[in-house]
Amino acid sequence: MIDFLRLDLPALIAAILAGGTCGLLGSFLVLRRESLLGDALSHAILPGIVVGFALTGSRSAGPMLLGALGAALLATLAIGWVRRLGRLETGAATGLVFTGFFAAGLVLLEVTDARSADLDVDCVLFGQLETLVWLEATGLSSLFDPAALAALPRQLGLLAAVAVVAGLAVALFWRPLQLIAFDPDFAASLGMRVGRWELGLNMLIAAAAVAAFESVGSILVVAMLVCPAVALRLMTDRYRMQVLGGALLGAALGALGVLLAGPVPAALGLAISLNAAGLIGTLAGVVVALCLVVRAARVSPARLGRAERPLP
Amino acid sequence: MIGHNTLIVLLGCAALGGASGVVGGFALLRGRALLADAIGHAALPGVVAASLIVAAFGGSARSLGPLLLGAALSGWLGLLALRALTASGRIRQDAAIGVVLSAFYALGTVGLSIAQAMPNAAQAGLSHFILGQAATLTESDAILAGALALGCIGVVAALFQPLRALCFDEAFARSQGLPVRLLDLVLLALLLAVCVAGLPAVGLLLVVALLIVPAAAARLVTQGLPALLALAGALGAAAGAAGALISTRFENIPTGAAVVLVGLVGFGAAVTWSRR
Repeated sequence: MIDFLRLDLPALIAAILAGGTCGLLGSFLVLRRESLLGDALSHAILPGIVVGFALTGSRSAGPMLLGALGAALLATLAIGWVRRLGRLETGAATGLVFTGFFAAGLVLLEVTDARSADLDVDCVLFGQLETLVWLEATGLSSLFDPAALAALPRQLGLLAAVAVVAGLAVALFWRPLQLIAFDPDFAASLGMRVGRWELGLNMLIAAAAVAAFESVGSILVVAMLVCPAVALRLMTDRYRMQVLGGALLGAALGALGVLLAGPVPAALGLAISLNAAGLIGTLAGVVVALCLVVRAARVSPARLGRAERPLP
Repeated sequence: MIGHNTLIVLLGCAALGGASGVVGGFALLRGRALLADAIGHAALPGVVAASLIVAAFGGSARSLGPLLLGAALSGWLGLLALRALTASGRIRQDAAIGVVLSAFYALGTVGLSIAQAMPNAAQAGLSHFILGQAATLTESDAILAGALALGCIGVVAALFQPLRALCFDEAFARSQGLPVRLLDLVLLALLLAVCVAGLPAVGLLLVVALLIVPAAAARLVTQGLPALLALAGALGAAAGAAGALISTRFENIPTGAAVVLVGLVGFGAAVTWSRR
């Protein structure tokens, strides 16, 4: 029990928060056909995080979050410039910008002192759920002890804050977001400033990516943003189901991944421990594959031929 | 002074960059360049599985051939998964790329954590496949990657006219009786081969840039396909060689990052030139 509190609980909470937040916001990316932006933002925030870290020399959340949001904003603008100046389609422009940002981040990571501190490449590539520990826990009573709670890993605080903000934003702007997601042209005709809404949504997604970045790593942020949303997209047409189901599925995948990676094998007496972030991403892929199979069985070939012909 | 081994590695990276530029030119025209991102990430579980299998049979886990074969197989599986997703009629290509690259990469990291627990350290050097490290390539590795790249250029040269027809006017290609589906498959196979050949030097995260950046730069400043491909190839080769040189001099800097940044300087120059 003590071991669970000390070693597994922080990772479990982090994974649930990261999965839930990314799963909630991911639906808007997929519905707006901007899935690549999730890929791009989760890579492009790296130089911002490194610069924020290098300027202040501390791993506190504020500067890193600011740097990352700045980088995300810059990358979003840069994609537009490259599209225009380079006369490229969106996909290629996105690929060019985010690889450039990520490469710059990797070089900055090496030339600043960031590497000598605990912000290292492995954290970016694989995530570090396993390193989230709560050594101050002495028993169940610690859950109600403010002093012990204050010693929880600081990543949890950032994750929880972003989760609350994202949840509130989606709840408050439920209808406008639905319009933006399904029919931006109609939304514009109603006088909504679609561009600003999209920018705000992108900043929220960038914040979620930053918060999740440290615990699950850059590429697995993509898994959390895209996979739950795609799985629900395969199963439902309803907005409420899509958005809330995505959040629920993301949180469930996070919890299941962490439990299957360490505690469950340990409880069974097996001497293996797997990369928890990787396992979450793998499970997410498996769920998408299952949804694909279920959908193929549900949709009869005749109906597919008539109404849902595959895009060329 | 450049040593013999370094020279071979530089030439291998230049050949690789050249092939990426040429294949990337076609892929960009056909709107397929981002598939390289999915292929690159999808290769990781194949690399890890291949190294585990080779180690289980007592072979050297560092020999490049089996690792690249594993990478190609799982990269191909990734492309099949991508097609299954888009064929559902519900998921667009961009979302499908996100699913494939993240899920396959995640599986690869789980595999890496298994390999790390192995007694004979089968995972040693595998992380180079993620970020790329030209400095650690042996002479025979560089020759293998370079030969694969030159082979791709050879295929492009042999199929130049049919591929041109495919990329500019698919309907025309069909009316000429060209096997469009087969040509499409050839283009995908070329993309896969270039990505796989690029893994050990440039790394799976950034290999997509090598396919997009030189081709995008060349398209801005040239007229006509032969000139585009020639310039893209030359730019790619220059970026590959310069990136490898930088990473052999400053061993902290991953080759992939250096190659991408050098290529982006070329892209910036092309943008400036095209706006004169």
